[in-house]
Formats: sequence, C-alpha cells, structure tokens
Amino acid sequence: MGKVFKYGKDVDTDQIIASQYLLYPTIEEMKVHAFESLDSEFIKCVEPGDFIVADENFGCGSSREQAPAVLKACGIKAVLAKSFARIFYRNSINLGVPVIICSDIYDHVKTGDEITLNMEEGYAEVAGVKYSCTKVPEYMKNILDQGGLLASLEKEI
Amino acid sequence: MGATLIEKIIRRNVHDDSVKAGDIVFVKPDRVMIHDIFIPFVADKFHEMGFKKVWDTDKVVIIYDHMVPASQVDDTRHFRRGDEFAKEQGIEHIHRADGICHQLMPELRYATPGDIVFGTDSHTVTYGGVGAFSTGIGYTEMAGILGTGELWIKVPETIRININGKLRDGVTSKDIILRIIGDLTAAGATYKAMEFAGDTVKEMSVASRLTMANMTIEAGAKCGLFYPDEKTAEFSGVPLDEEHGCFTDDNDGDYAMVLDYKAEDFVPVAACPSQVDKIRPVSELKDIVIDQVFIGSCTNGRLEDLRAAAEILKGKKVAPYVKLIVTPASRSVYLDAVHEGIMKIFNEAGAIIMNPGCGLCCGRSGGILTDGETVVATNNRNFLGRMGTSKVNIYLASPVTAAKSAVAGKITA
Repeated sequence: MGKVFKYGKDVDTDQIIASQYLLYPTIEEMKVHAFESLDSEFIKCVEPGDFIVADENFGCGSSREQAPAVLKACGIKAVLAKSFARIFYRNSINLGVPVIICSDIYDHVKTGDEITLNMEEGYAEVAGVKYSCTKVPEYMKNILDQGGLLASLEKEI
Repeated sequence: MGATLIEKIIRRNVHDDSVKAGDIVFVKPDRVMIHDIFIPFVADKFHEMGFKKVWDTDKVVIIYDHMVPASQVDDTRHFRRGDEFAKEQGIEHIHRADGICHQLMPELRYATPGDIVFGTDSHTVTYGGVGAFSTGIGYTEMAGILGTGELWIKVPETIRININGKLRDGVTSKDIILRIIGDLTAAGATYKAMEFAGDTVKEMSVASRLTMANMTIEAGAKCGLFYPDEKTAEFSGVPLDEEHGCFTDDNDGDYAMVLDYKAEDFVPVAACPSQVDKIRPVSELKDIVIDQVFIGSCTNGRLEDLRAAAEILKGKKVAPYVKLIVTPASRSVYLDAVHEGIMKIFNEAGAIIMNPGCGLCCGRSGGILTDGETVVATNNRNFLGRMGTSKVNIYLASPVTAAKSAVAGKITA
C-alpha cells in the first residue's frame, strides 16, 4: 500500500526533472529536484512505495532517462496513467519502473489516497473499489521482474 | 494496397516486404547519435552491460551541443568522458563545437533518405525531413545498440497529412506544424508516424521540412516523414531512386487517419504558455509586451530562418527593452549568414549573436529568464521552467513572427 500523488495531462519530462539538474553526477543528488516546477510538496512528502496517478500522455517531451530514474530513486512503486508518451514508456520498462495504463482510476482518486496495485491480476484498489488496469505484456514483465533491461540482459549473457 | 513510408523504410532494413504496422521487428540502425548530456551515461551503461567494443564505430556520431561552451564547472566532465569513450572505441565522428546535433546529422549527411537512425534525444525525429526514420531513445537502450547493433521496435501506424495550395505571405512551415500539433493535441500522434504530402510540401525547402519533422514529437509521434524528392537527393548527395532509400509515394497505405489541409487556411500562430498544443493565431495575441526574443534551435536556426528574420530586421532596431538572441544552428549556417550579410543586419539591429549550439532552447545558458518575463522563441518547447523559472511565459512562433515582435517590443504578426 502507498499513497497517491495525482497530476494532470501532458506532464512532461522537464517537469519531472528539469534540464539544469541532468548533469548532477548521481540520481540521489538529482532526485531532490523531482517535480520541482510542478509540485514542490512532492519531494517533501514522497515515501518508498508511493504511486503517481496521472491523466493522458505522462512523460511527454525529452528522451531523458533520468525522468523514470528519479521516480525510481524516490521509491515510486508504479505510475498509473491514462496513457504514456512513447520514449518515457520504453525508458521506464528498461529501468524497471512499472508504467501501467489505467483509464478509470484518474477521476476517482486524489493526492494522499491510499492505493494498492495488483499487477498480476491487473487492478488497482482504492477505498475498497477495484479499477482495472492493462496487464503488462510478458516480455516487459520479465524485464520489470528482473529490475530492468540491464539486469535482464546480464541474466541472458 | 500500397505501403506507408515508414513501412517501406523498415522493410528495406529488415529485408522483408511483408512487414506492416503493428509488427515487432529487430532493426539494424544505419547510424546512431549521442549528445553531450548523455554520453557519460551511455559510456557507463555500455561497460556495466559487459560490452567491450562498439559494434561499428563508423555508425556512431558524438556531438557536443547542449553545453557548448561550458556554463557550469561540471559540464567539462561530460566533454572529457565523451572524448575518453571516443578514443577508447576509435570513434572518429565527434563534433565538439560545430552546432546542434539535429542540424549536423542531416547537414553532414550522417542521416540520409531511407536510413534508420536512433539518437539520445527526442528531437532525433528531425531527420524525417530527408525521409529517414529517426527517433529518440534513452541511454540504456543506446548502450544496448552500441553493443549489439540492433534494437526492437514496433512498426508504427501512420497519420497521413496532405497539404495542398499556396501559403500566404509571412506564413512558414513552423506555423503549419504548430497548427497541426494544436489540432492533434500533444498526445494525438503518440506511437504513430506522421507522413506529410501534397503540393505545398513539395514546394517547401528541405530546411522547412526539417522544421516540421522536428516538432512531430510534440504531438507524441514516433517520427515525422517526408518523401524524398530532387531537393532531398541534392541535399543528401544520393541518387533519387529506391535503391538508395528515396521511396516514392503510393498514397495508398493503410493509414490510421488522414488529415487534409488547405495551405491558404494557415495563418501565423504561436504556442502559448505552457503547452505546445495551446495554439492561438498571433493576431489574437497582439499587445503582449515581451522581454526577449530567441531565434535559433534545431527547429528554426537554419539559414532560411535567419534570412527571413533578417529581411524584417534590415534597417531597423530591436525595441530598446528587448534582448534579441540569435543562435545559428551550425558552424556552416553561421558562415553562410556572415557571407550573405545577415549577421551584419542582426548586429546593426542590436541582436546578441551566440555560438552555434542549443543555447537557450534547453534553458541551461544563453539568456535564461526570470519570474514574470515573456519570451517569443522559435524553438520547439515551451514547457514549464524550460528557459528559467516556472513563471516565465514562453510563446513559440516562426522566425518571421519572432523578428517582427523583437522590433515592435510586443507580439506581432
């Protein structure tokens, strides 16, 4: 179980982590600037196991892999959105961050709500109500289970 | 039924004429591009993954552009790491101060018609302007390609966009692509290829097509493609035939959507703060007072863009309270602009001329702004906080609108 941070549509990667922080040598130094321009409360309140719920086109904009990387470093368990931008989606899977398409939940939750996610059965639960999510395809689930593309390639080698 | 341009390009790469939208295939890139921001991450991942040698050094291009010249002490670490990696791997295509990666890739013919190109930057889609399939990926996937020489992709569906007729004076390809993004919305082409055709497109210069392809990512597209023609073949130095990747238009593909536009219907527009798809006619924005104008970037920093701006600025002065920043897209654009007398016009108008590179576009240097300030910019993104604080108002427009606004001191069509 974790709590929800709810954001709108077209949340771009500059908002997740701005360009001026991309050169920080470690993700740990970068992550304190996550969502800085959009929501200054995020970094003060986020705890491992929390979730992001968003409207359409989450992660649009630049190809920066640091966007999913800082979410992972902040302990975000999964991002549930109506849809995702293409490069962000690939990068997230490769880094082992679950990105789940969940159309129904957005209109029924608010920031701070408690949420549980069951990826195997494809639903998220808030206040006793289950919302169905798209199941992650097998190939991608294997990458996620092993903690990302790097870990999964290492296992193959 | 015929095929879409993206299907033709991928079929050529995988040597399989049955490939169609929706298929998942492994492609072998003809070229890859890594820029200064991500080169250390790519190099580290490459070694972490256990790879020793890059699959084909001739196919790898490293370009320093976002951070040139360094504006923070840490920037130099990226150049050093890039140089080390290039030396260790024997990579010879490395550009340290020649301009923006998305200008150099087509200009120096690293990306030519029919090629498949991946880059560690979302605006890699630009090379669709010469009929190449090119798109952005993350640094982990780039490290994977450097080690293996391949990447899996899903063949995208295509949105076909026909534009016919003659553009009005003062309307540019930037106005066209902004309007189309406004119509499709920022997520409207997600995972899809956009394919442009029609006599308006045929009339356009290669530079104008690069401008449009560049911004297709702002509608979420995987790529934005133009069929190569005589102009493309000359620009890219290839014969105009299918064997060399110059595919012809069947106009009979299995399109997910077809949009038809009349060129005469386009007017100068701007993307308003802070969404790229928040499009308004410039005529509705007049009297918005501005603090700065930025002419440059991989969207609109080419010679024809500088030429169009100079035509307006000739013999005039920028409004006294406006800073006009001009950043040519490459060293050769800069030199051509000098020879044509364009730089003299900018200089006499009171512009600040910067070195070729990304400059202000990514908000790391070259004229960042603060709370309450307004900028008219010719680049591709007006995201919150992109050019300074999150309270900067960024209006995206054509070089024509930008130059007129710089003189008037307010947004002007």
